[in-house]
Amino acid sequence: MSSVGIVIVSHSPKVAEGAADMVRQMVGDEVKVAWCGGDPTGGLGTSVEKIMQAIDSAWSAGGVAILVDLGGAETNSEMAIEMLPPERQGRAVVCNAPIVEGAVIAATEAAGGSPLEVVKRTAEELSPQ
Amino acid sequence: MSSEKELRLAMLTAVAQTISRHAEELTQLDQAIGDGDHGINMKRGFDAVMADSAGLVEKPWPEFLKGVGMTLVMKVGGASGPLFGTLFMTLGKELPGNPCAGDVAGALEAAIQAVQARGKSEAGQKTMLDVLVPVAAQLRKDALALTDLVTVAAAAAEATGPMKAIRGRASFLGDRSIGHVDPGARSSALMVAAVVGAVKGES
Repeated sequence: MSSVGIVIVSHSPKVAEGAADMVRQMVGDEVKVAWCGGDPTGGLGTSVEKIMQAIDSAWSAGGVAILVDLGGAETNSEMAIEMLPPERQGRAVVCNAPIVEGAVIAATEAAGGSPLEVVKRTAEELSPQ
Repeated sequence: MSSEKELRLAMLTAVAQTISRHAEELTQLDQAIGDGDHGINMKRGFDAVMADSAGLVEKPWPEFLKGVGMTLVMKVGGASGPLFGTLFMTLGKELPGNPCAGDVAGALEAAIQAVQARGKSEAGQKTMLDVLVPVAAQLRKDALALTDLVTVAAAAAEATGPMKAIRGRASFLGDRSIGHVDPGARSSALMVAAVVGAVKGES
């Protein structure tokens, strides 16, 4: 599958899973979707290790678009991206967009076969200017 | 046991202990202006570092510091993980294999640049940078005045109290962030005091 994959990273596993459910309702299995949430011991937070696993499981030749909620989710996602193997560098991006709406619209765009930069731009059109 | 290895173990133990002892205070500071997990997150990170300490202290300074940083990145579970992890990893990248006191200021300056990039922040925004920047300046001025270094760090942490938060979750509070010391600044000052204590041979 070469459609861009979607990764959802929330401080709360419930938020992440719920957002992923909404994405699947929209695109079914046409797009790879992975989610993670919670710190390494299960409390609210994010974990670089879990984000790297989610990126891996949603990986496609088209790359992955990552949707995040608050600051630490973004910082940890950027750290996870930098730790990807060299052949994957540049093909995972964090979208500056609301996590739920951004994930659904990014996945919808990805299901149409759009490249990563278009998926990211479409999600980011939702951001307050 | 070589003295360098002993020093690495003493520094690491001192930092982990001070974070552990102050975990509740750090969490309370974070409850006032953030999500209230700074103390517990940092403690989890340094507990994980201490679990690997026997292996870590065997490594030369650059690999030792990179190893500490990588463990913090993986185990802290908040923005503090990548931020403090980047600090330690960059110190490791910048310091030579056998560093002397004069090497530390330059390495810390480079690490500050890396933390600024990671956090998209700069000094004056009520963050850990408000401690690290004056500490680097003091090191540049006199790398051997260790007691002054602790004083500078503690005063700089206190000075984040009147600041308005511009970055991180505390920025959501706007003016209401004023009057609270920044938890990341406080933990940075605690680490500086712990490292200096270890260098001076205090326990």
